[in-house]
Amino acid sequence: MTVDQMLILLALATPLFTAIAVYAVGRMPDVRETLTLFGCIALVIITLSIAVRVGQGFPPAWVAARPLQGLELSFRLEPLGALFALMASVLWGINSLFSIGYMRGRREANQTRFYVCFALAMFGTMGIAMAGNLFTLFVFYEVLTFSTYPLVTHKGDEPSRRAGRLYLGILVGASVALLLPAIIGIHVLAGSTDFTPGGLLADKVAPGLAGVLLALVVFGAAKAAIIPVHAWLPAAMVAPTPVSALLHAVAVVKAGVFLILKASAYIFGPALIANMRVSQYLLWIAAAVIVIASLVAMRKDDLKARLAWSTISQLAYITSAALIPVSASLFAGGLHMVTHAVGKITLFMCAGAIYVASGATKVSQMSGLGRRMPIVFTCFLIGALSVVGLPPFAGMWSKFLLLTTSFGSEEWITAAAMIVSSLLSLFYLAPIAIRGLLPPASDAPPAEFIRPGGVPGVAIAPIILTAAACIILFFAADEVTAFLIPIAGAAP
Amino acid sequence: VISFETLYAAPPQLMAHAPALLVAGPLVGAAAAALAPNSRWAWMISVGASIFAGWMALCIIGEVARHGVVDYALGGFAPPIGIAFRIDALGAMMALLISSIGVLAALYSGHGLQSEIRYEKHTLFQAGFLLCQAGLLGLVSTGDAFNAFVFLEISSIGTYALVAIGAGRDRRALPAAFNYLVMGTVGATFFVIGVGFLYAATGTLNMADLAARLATLSDNRVVLAGFAFIVVGLALKAAMFPLHGWLPSAYAYAPSLIAVFLSATATKAAIYLLARFIFIVFEPGAGFVELFLVWVLAPLAAAAAIICSIQAMLEPEIRRVLAFSSVAQVGYMLLGLSIASIAGLSAGLMHLLAHSIMKAALFMALGGIAISLRARTLADFAGVGRDAPWTMAGFAIAAASLMGLPLTFGFLTKFRLIEAALASDQIWIVAVIAVSSLFGVIYVGRMLEAVFLKPSAPSAPRAAEAPFGVLVPLWILAVASIWFGLDAQLPESLANAGALALFGERP
Repeated sequence: MTVDQMLILLALATPLFTAIAVYAVGRMPDVRETLTLFGCIALVIITLSIAVRVGQGFPPAWVAARPLQGLELSFRLEPLGALFALMASVLWGINSLFSIGYMRGRREANQTRFYVCFALAMFGTMGIAMAGNLFTLFVFYEVLTFSTYPLVTHKGDEPSRRAGRLYLGILVGASVALLLPAIIGIHVLAGSTDFTPGGLLADKVAPGLAGVLLALVVFGAAKAAIIPVHAWLPAAMVAPTPVSALLHAVAVVKAGVFLILKASAYIFGPALIANMRVSQYLLWIAAAVIVIASLVAMRKDDLKARLAWSTISQLAYITSAALIPVSASLFAGGLHMVTHAVGKITLFMCAGAIYVASGATKVSQMSGLGRRMPIVFTCFLIGALSVVGLPPFAGMWSKFLLLTTSFGSEEWITAAAMIVSSLLSLFYLAPIAIRGLLPPASDAPPAEFIRPGGVPGVAIAPIILTAAACIILFFAADEVTAFLIPIAGAAP
Repeated sequence: VISFETLYAAPPQLMAHAPALLVAGPLVGAAAAALAPNSRWAWMISVGASIFAGWMALCIIGEVARHGVVDYALGGFAPPIGIAFRIDALGAMMALLISSIGVLAALYSGHGLQSEIRYEKHTLFQAGFLLCQAGLLGLVSTGDAFNAFVFLEISSIGTYALVAIGAGRDRRALPAAFNYLVMGTVGATFFVIGVGFLYAATGTLNMADLAARLATLSDNRVVLAGFAFIVVGLALKAAMFPLHGWLPSAYAYAPSLIAVFLSATATKAAIYLLARFIFIVFEPGAGFVELFLVWVLAPLAAAAAIICSIQAMLEPEIRRVLAFSSVAQVGYMLLGLSIASIAGLSAGLMHLLAHSIMKAALFMALGGIAISLRARTLADFAGVGRDAPWTMAGFAIAAASLMGLPLTFGFLTKFRLIEAALASDQIWIVAVIAVSSLFGVIYVGRMLEAVFLKPSAPSAPRAAEAPFGVLVPLWILAVASIWFGLDAQLPESLANAGALALFGERP
């Protein structure tokens, strides 16, 4: 076993071992949470090393098992996967800090199960990021689904159990009924499901059949929440806010678009997608989702529900990027995956902080609250503007690239949808922070804090970190894009 | 690919008689168990005889790998007069499966019987169990059509009695056993009538001779009638939709041990015999066989996979959920058969192995709980996952395999099945499997939700962990479900060899 293979093994073993260790010391909360943070730091170091190796041009690869003839459990890194792994592990660390503040501040029950499942979810995410073929990706896709189910039903009451059934029903149902047949179909047609630069199916399959497979993948990857397989995401908002922040703004939903991006780049390939008619229909559907989800978000008074619908809309941007058959578009999709993650996790953590301190969950209850918690609301504003795509925040670059590629390839409908939705998002996100900080005189003063002392400091620090990242990434976007260049073949 | 060519499990003198000893071991054991002084002795005899049969099955596997087919004339009388055993790779696979499950079930019976069967009946129960095992082992090793009927009835008669013994726990076992007896006898009668027709047309009962003579008789009305009778008879025994009515009650109310053993072996042996008649005795290319495969077997198997999965979804009693799921899974195996390619047969046979392993484990876990808790419905199982974590963890692993979760054996077999369907351009089979898997996720999810997530009512009786003697065989099966999910070489090479044998080829 080479050092590179050891890195892959470690990236999988670290979260798994963290889960076991956390379970073992579950009775001692301080030790348990220290172990979680150690696990996060170790994983960041490992994923950073992997990213460095990929950047140097030596992507680690490892065949772990061969269950059947021609079917391998294999891992192979490439820039997109390395970036996803790095992003998820860094945000896991930040979010773990926030979890500690949130869970202690709320005095939640079953905290050990919470941290164990969180670490298992990261195990699944690492497997997805490093998968070398569709089969391996599918395996860890299911690990992620099942490990997040106990987190969604964390409260254990009937509404959260019902949400959990919807969650599992849609995610497992779509992956078994649509994604798995597509993967096996690809396996039969191409003899393997390996991610191949340029597209595994290029020159092997007629565009018509490939179009059917592509549609199966796009809808089967239900974690990308394309309407009509989106209902699980708003339902999953019954989970504690750290879960919504990391899993339903970063790991789970990004795993969905990551799968679509990977399939588009390495299974179908731009040339094949350009030749199929189905990709055009899918683009129209994605454009419709971009706008519809934004319109729904405008009408939601519950803050987490609004953020969830905003996520659905933003995910459809990335799906659109995967479906536009120019390599620069993949590149823009990869970048948007990162910038949206950083922005959205900020928004969710702010929502969690507001809830812990004041108990407010509805936008209408938050007018004037910013006077009491100025840092949180300022960070919310930064995150919101980044998600909208304004300078000087990270989200601007990816929106800019997405727009230029869709104009460049004359996808007018997609471009129009993106512009309209960005405007809408400005109207449904920014006023929350502005009215919080500068309430109109007519509004009633906000209620008292339900928790004496407001937000625990340990929950504020991660919010500041990610808000700062939104600004830093605006200036450091070049680093990220330079890293992603190999998937696009050339600089855009 | 694993090869058994170098496996010499016994000295040659013993190996030469392995086919006869395979059946004789459990048969003698049955007589001895009936005469045993107490339950403990009967149990030891049962375990010993089962292990002996497993040993003989290993001998046969080696011989078959070396020679392709093992022919054995009982008592030295050559076929036209004497009874011939003829074991090919498929028969060897089945013998290994039945005897392995037999060993685990016998081990399990050390503790599993106590709560369900009155102490003084234990000796007779073990005798019936060994008789049933002997019948099934004979069924998969005989080369004679009439002899197959005899073994089928030996195993069935044992089974009827064993299901009825469940009346000590639940009186509904009596009508279930009676129902099973009537349906089973109808099936056996149909089968023997069909064999009689074939005898009238060809003048032989030896399967190899039948195959040779039937090749020229494919438009003979008597042969057609014989084929129809045989197929209907075996379909009844295999619980092929819509002839499965006897199965859910029989599995639900029989003692746990019998549910374990029957669900893993009995319908499978009938499927084996069906495959043997379709592919070896008859010619799959012959017009009427092809019509049957395409227009009767495939649609009915698909209907089973979907309708019985829905029934399992709606069923409140946990054992009946598993029973309906068995009928649905039989549908998968028959779908593999109906594809009639080597890949399809191999996938169907692999699913047969996977299903045996997981269903046996599931029923074993339920039996382990039944020792301490009288639980029938899903609601009764609320909170059991906390009270009996090891038992229910084994249950959960087997359930994951039933659901077809990746990294379990059940996933790989479904993968191969879909692959085979796609390779023969039968997209509709893929759709059927996908939809039925979806229902599978739901009915398995319901069970796991009840066991692990629902809190038990404060006043409800609590379950206890199953005894060690139950956990060991349960976990052997659970580990096998995971192990073969990571490395399926062994079952795949067995299933491949079996599928090739049906086409008269060798790997």
